[in-house]
Amino acid sequence: MVGYQKIEGRIPEQEWLSCGHLACPGCGEKLAMRLALKALGKRTILVVPAGCSAVVDGMFPHSSSMVPFLHTAFETTASAAVGVRAGLDVRGVDNVTVLAWGGDGATFDIGLQALSAAAERNENILYVCYDNEAYMNTGIQRSSATPWGAWTGTTPYDHPKDRPKKDMMAIMAAHKIPYAASASVAFPEDYVNKLKKAKAIFGTRYVQVFSPCPSGWKTPSDISVKVARLAVESRIYPLYEIEYGKRYTITLDPGPIAVKEYLKLQGRFRHLTQAEIDQIQHNVDETWEELLEKVR
Amino acid sequence: MKKILTGNYTVSQAVKLSRVEVIAAYPITPQTSVVEKLSEWNASGELKARFIKVESEHSAMASCIGASAAGARVFTATSAQGLALMHELLHWTVGARLPIVLVNVNRAMAAPWTVWCDHNDSLAQRDTGWLQFYCESNQEVLDSVIQAYRISEEIQLPSMIMMDGFFLSHTSEPVDIPDQKDVDTYLPRREAPYTLDVDDPHTFYGGTVPQYYAEMRYKIQKTMEEARGVVNKAALEFKETFGRSYNPLEFYRIEDAGTLIVSSGTMAGTARCVVDELRDEGYSVGAARIRIFRPFPVEEIRQAFGGVHKVGVIDRNISFGQTGIIFQEIKSVLYTEKERPLLFGFIAGLGGRDVTMATIRRAFEYMNTHDEPEEPVLWLDIKR
Ligand SMILES: Cc1ncc(C[n+]2csc(CCOP(=O)(O)OP(=O)(O)O)c2C)c(N)n1
Ligand SMILES: [Mg+2]
Repeated sequence: MVGYQKIEGRIPEQEWLSCGHLACPGCGEKLAMRLALKALGKRTILVVPAGCSAVVDGMFPHSSSMVPFLHTAFETTASAAVGVRAGLDVRGVDNVTVLAWGGDGATFDIGLQALSAAAERNENILYVCYDNEAYMNTGIQRSSATPWGAWTGTTPYDHPKDRPKKDMMAIMAAHKIPYAASASVAFPEDYVNKLKKAKAIFGTRYVQVFSPCPSGWKTPSDISVKVARLAVESRIYPLYEIEYGKRYTITLDPGPIAVKEYLKLQGRFRHLTQAEIDQIQHNVDETWEELLEKVR
Repeated sequence: MKKILTGNYTVSQAVKLSRVEVIAAYPITPQTSVVEKLSEWNASGELKARFIKVESEHSAMASCIGASAAGARVFTATSAQGLALMHELLHWTVGARLPIVLVNVNRAMAAPWTVWCDHNDSLAQRDTGWLQFYCESNQEVLDSVIQAYRISEEIQLPSMIMMDGFFLSHTSEPVDIPDQKDVDTYLPRREAPYTLDVDDPHTFYGGTVPQYYAEMRYKIQKTMEEARGVVNKAALEFKETFGRSYNPLEFYRIEDAGTLIVSSGTMAGTARCVVDELRDEGYSVGAARIRIFRPFPVEEIRQAFGGVHKVGVIDRNISFGQTGIIFQEIKSVLYTEKERPLLFGFIAGLGGRDVTMATIRRAFEYMNTHDEPEEPVLWLDIKR
C-alpha cells in the first residue's frame, strides 16, 4: 500500500470543542481531541488525567469541552474511566463512549499499571493516548515514549535519550484486546475512521495518536501537521491496526522518505550527528521490517 | 434476624443491605474475606452490583471515584498499606465531594511487616477530610455502614468506617440483621445532585485559581461542621427504625467520675470491665469512647470532661515526635476551658499487642498515684 490513496470517509462538521481553550498555537493534542470528539459525537464522556490536555481545556469555571469532562489523577486514566463505565452501566445509561484521554506520560509510564489491568479485564472503554513523546505539561521531560536521540529537559543535548521508545502498541496487543491502532493528526480521515471503528467495538480499545508539540519539539507552530505527515512518510510512526492482538493491518503507507527529512525540522534532534541519524534510519528500517513480518 | 457473624462477613452483609451498586476493591489481610464474600455473592446474583476486580487499591479508589461521579452508590474496603496507597485519591474524593463509603480494617503500618491491629493507618488519613467512625462491635460496623451512606449522600463527603483487624474482622459475634425493606426506607437510592450526563454536560475538577480554591475548602470545612448535626440526626432516625442508638462520644458510668479512661475501637469494652471492677473497689471512675473521630466531637468532650479531675487517653497509635493522636486532639479541645482536667496520654496495643484489663488497670493506677504525668507519652506494657 505504498503512496497516497484516497481515504474514504468524511470528517463530521459538528464541533464538540469550543474556541477559547488555552492550548499553544500548533498544539497536536487539541487537534487530536477535536477530531476525536467529531468522530465520537455527543454521547461521549471524557476522562482526562494531569497533563497538557487537562490544563488547556480551561481554568474553572471555564471549559472548552461540550461533552462531560471528568478530570482525574495522573495515574488513574484507565481506572477512573472503568469506574465511570460501571457507574453508567448500573444506572442503565446506554450508548455512551467512555473516552479515556491520556498523554504518553499518563499512558506509557505512571498509568501503565491501571491501563494494563483494564485491558487484561477487557473493560469497555476507549483509551486514546495522545502521544507527544514527553511530559510537556511539566515543561518537557523525557517519558518512555521519547524516541532515541531526542533532547528533553531531563535528557539534555550532551546526554540525549539513549534508549528506544517503548513499544506501547505491542504491549497493548499482548493483552489481546479487540482493537489497537496507531494514528496521526496529519491523516484525519484515517484517524476518524479508526475511532469510529473502535466506537462500535465492545471491550478495551486503544488508539495512539501522534500529536506534535511545537514548544516541546522546538518546531515552528505552523508546521505541526507537516511534521506529523513526515513521521508517517518516513515510517518512524507507521499507521496500523492490531485486532485481537494478532491481526495486523497497515492502514496507510504514503512513504518512504528518509527519516532525516523528519528529524531535521525539529530542534529536539538538532544535535544529532550524521552517524546518529544513520543509526535512527537503520532502526526505523528494521522496525518496519518487523511490522511487515507481523502483517504477513 | 440475629446471626453469629465475623466482622468481615458483617461488612459484606452491610454492603448488600445498602444496595451498593459498584464495588472496586483489592485484597489485603485482614480485609480479604470481605472481598471474597462480596465476589461470591456477586457471582451468584445475590448481590446485584458491578464488582471491578482492580489490580491495586489505588485503582480501586480511582474506579470508585469514576463510578461515584457517574451517580452510583459505591463501596471499597482495605487495610493499612492499601489505605496508604490510596492516599492521593482520598484527598481527591473529598475535593470532588463524592459520598464514597470505605471500610478500613485497622492494621499497623510496615516496616516491619505486620498484619495486626493498630490505628495509625487510618489516623494518618486524618486531614484528608473523610468522616471517620471507629467501631467497637460487629453490630456497630453493620449499623455504621448503613448510616454512613445516609450521612455521606446528604453532605457529599465520604465516610471511612474503622474496625479493629482480627479483634473484630475475624471474631464472631451475634449481629442483628435488619430487614431489607426497613433499610430501603432508611436509605433510599442515591440521587446525586450533579453527575456525568451527556445531556447536561459539565466539566468536573479542572484547574482552579486561588480566587476560587479557598472557597471550595471553606465549604468543605463548613460541611464538616454541619456534619455533626447530620450524624446525630441520622443516628436518631436509625434508632427510631432499628432500635439501636449511637453517639459520637460513648460514655460508661461517668456519673460523679473523678477519673475518666478514654479509648477507641475494641479496647473500649475492656475499659468498661475495668471500670466495673474499679467501681466495685470504690473508685469513682468512668469510661469514654471516641466513636466519631471526624468531625471531632468537640462539644461533647467539653461538656463531659469539664468537671472531671483526671482524664487518661489510651491511644492505639503514635504520632512520632508528638504524642498519641487522640490525646493531642482532646488536649487541644480542652485548652480553652476554664476547668481543665489533668491529662495523661498513654500508648498501648501497637501492632496488635493485647490491651488487657491489666493494661488498662495500669493506666488507672498510674493516674491514681500521680498528680501529673512524668512524661508527655506514657507507654503501657513496653520493654525498654
Ligand atoms: C502523581 C503525580 N506525579 C506528577 C505529576 C506532575 N505531572 C503533571 S502532568 C505531568 C506530565 C504529563 O505528561 P503526559 O502524560 O505525556 O502529558 P502532556 O503534558 O505531555 O500532554 C506530570 C509529570 C502529577 N500531576 N501527579
Ligand atoms: Mg506527553
